[in-house]
Amino acid sequence: MAKVRKPKLAVWKFASCDGCQLSLLECEDELLALANNIEIAYFPEASRKVVKGPYDLSLVEGSITTAHDVKRIHEVRKSSRALVTIGACATAGGIQALRNFKDVKEFMSIVYATPKFISTLEKSTPISDHVYVDFELRGCPINKEQLLEVINAFLNGRKPNVSPHSVCMECKARGVVCVMVAHGTPCLGPVTQAGCGAICPAYHRGCYGCFGPKETPHTRSLSAQMKKLGASEADLVRVYRTFNAGSEAFQKESFLHEKK
Amino acid sequence: MKKNKTKTIQVNYLARVEGEGSLRVKIKGQKVSEVALKIFEPPRFFEAFLRGRHFTEAPDITARICGICPIAYELGASYAMEQACGVKVTGPIRDLRRLIYCGEWIESHALHVFMLHAPDFLGYEDAIHMAKDHASLVERGLRIKKIGNNIMRLLGGREIHPINLRVGGFYKVPLKKELEGLLDDLKWGRDAALQTLHWLATLTYPDFDQEYEFVAMRHPDEYAIIEGQLVSNKGLDIPIREYDRHFVEEHVERSTALHTIMKGRGPCHVGPLARYSLNFDRLPSFVQGAAREAGLESTCQNPFKSIMVRMVEILYAFDEAVRLIDRYQMPDRPFVEVHPKAGTGYGCTEAPRGICYHRYSINDAGLIVDAKIVPPTAVNQKTIEKDLWDFVAPRVDLPNDKLQWQCEQAVRNYDPCISCSTHFLKLDVIRE
Repeated sequence: MAKVRKPKLAVWKFASCDGCQLSLLECEDELLALANNIEIAYFPEASRKVVKGPYDLSLVEGSITTAHDVKRIHEVRKSSRALVTIGACATAGGIQALRNFKDVKEFMSIVYATPKFISTLEKSTPISDHVYVDFELRGCPINKEQLLEVINAFLNGRKPNVSPHSVCMECKARGVVCVMVAHGTPCLGPVTQAGCGAICPAYHRGCYGCFGPKETPHTRSLSAQMKKLGASEADLVRVYRTFNAGSEAFQKESFLHEKK
Repeated sequence: MKKNKTKTIQVNYLARVEGEGSLRVKIKGQKVSEVALKIFEPPRFFEAFLRGRHFTEAPDITARICGICPIAYELGASYAMEQACGVKVTGPIRDLRRLIYCGEWIESHALHVFMLHAPDFLGYEDAIHMAKDHASLVERGLRIKKIGNNIMRLLGGREIHPINLRVGGFYKVPLKKELEGLLDDLKWGRDAALQTLHWLATLTYPDFDQEYEFVAMRHPDEYAIIEGQLVSNKGLDIPIREYDRHFVEEHVERSTALHTIMKGRGPCHVGPLARYSLNFDRLPSFVQGAAREAGLESTCQNPFKSIMVRMVEILYAFDEAVRLIDRYQMPDRPFVEVHPKAGTGYGCTEAPRGICYHRYSINDAGLIVDAKIVPPTAVNQKTIEKDLWDFVAPRVDLPNDKLQWQCEQAVRNYDPCISCSTHFLKLDVIRE
């Protein structure tokens, strides 16, 4: 019997906390089975072995924040059959996109004594600003079940079953009482994409939007509701500017509440 | 080999560490002429963009510094804010903080011991290749790790960037019976950790005892995790709020990295070896006995044996988790109310890799005006380099590939967490 070639998986990192690629190692029950069916060809956090590309599937974590990384992402794209971004940094610029609203030089002088040594771009941008991306998996961090679904789908040539609906749907499916209606707790659930399993409302707090905007989010009406609950304009700016501050919908809404 | 030939060991991308770093060691003739642990993790500016944020947001935001040890950031920030506002969290809420930290120690240490470090000792590229010959070992490691993550998930909502921690405590606390559901696994874990410690005792470790100034927290009656004084084996004994008087971040001319050193004393060593060596007397006697049986003394100065010390700490964390669950009584409220008060607060906890220091100033409206965060790897950087100088010197004649692997291992002893990049960037050492 001819030996079947295992598909090659590569995991790449740009500016990030490593949490999303760690999700793969957090698949304690599935990891060894997964490794039987794919070749982990490039994954420095887990292995010192490096198998040359091209790779059947590249998972890309992190945002683009340096000139060097702009070049590197093109090389990654060239060596990948399919490229999937994992997490809020790679899909929306991440928490480090907060620099996009400020002067990065000022940021450098706050953190580093000799800023001239530091090489960084003014903005933190998602991978899709630079190269074609086959699929974007949301979350800060991603959900590991969704990650397994995406790997499975790409290796079998089908579309991943990842819904673009809101966290509210997951809340209802889970039978969690609406924290905004019942307790007056501000919650980004109505405008945030599902995927986490609505954990925050299940733990008695409002969603803080770590999966980024859902498809066609009505941020305007949610902001109005949050104002009724007592949120100030400054509060609203901060609410939309967290881990997905660079996403178009959240960024636009945050500008509406900024002092002119 | 010719006497004056220069050879270079170059590792372009250090594997099995968190974040991005490289290593270069130059040897001229029989002498080490250069050691360069280079960190090319891009800067993310946490301390800058925390300014202007509300103090209650700091735990969620700083969690994003690190995917492996978010609790160190969530709790460090919380303690600092509580101190600034004059609030002290005690009783069952404090116990739950300690419990979730046990979960982080277990999952993080297990990841390092079984998946990142053990393959070096057995000669494999990674845990997956190791699993082909040592299936039960890797499976046991994954199960230990999963139990740590189960604690994280129950108390924190999820393993990575938990959502249930807040300044003042938790959003929701578990029922006693939910925690009791963990007990069978925790007891299994205690036995599995003991068994693994016995196995680790059979491995061969390089003879490499180093003279360190160990720095860790110390508590009057606990093995310190969340609270204590900062102490060292060379006389340091200070409250956390005096950190900045004794530790300084040096801007070294040859480097763009900020190196933490002790004022007037030089580099220090934080992490499991430091905690263990400074707090051996705070471990339960059965854990002390297990450590001694495995061949460890009450102090350990060999960084290669950090893998054993981590396993001792896993054993302790399992035992401590059982103890905390046994005495748990659900509190009336999951958190203590914290009202903002202008001032400065300090927080420090023992992340798996060592002390993680936070300092914030807030104004009356509760907005952050200044933030400083020092992750453990920033403190250990200089010590890692010093180890490499001393480690390579007697091994210059080893073939390159062997020496390279051993150098990588000397770095991995520290389980460096490079993506905690708030405070460091790039390190170059060039001396010709």
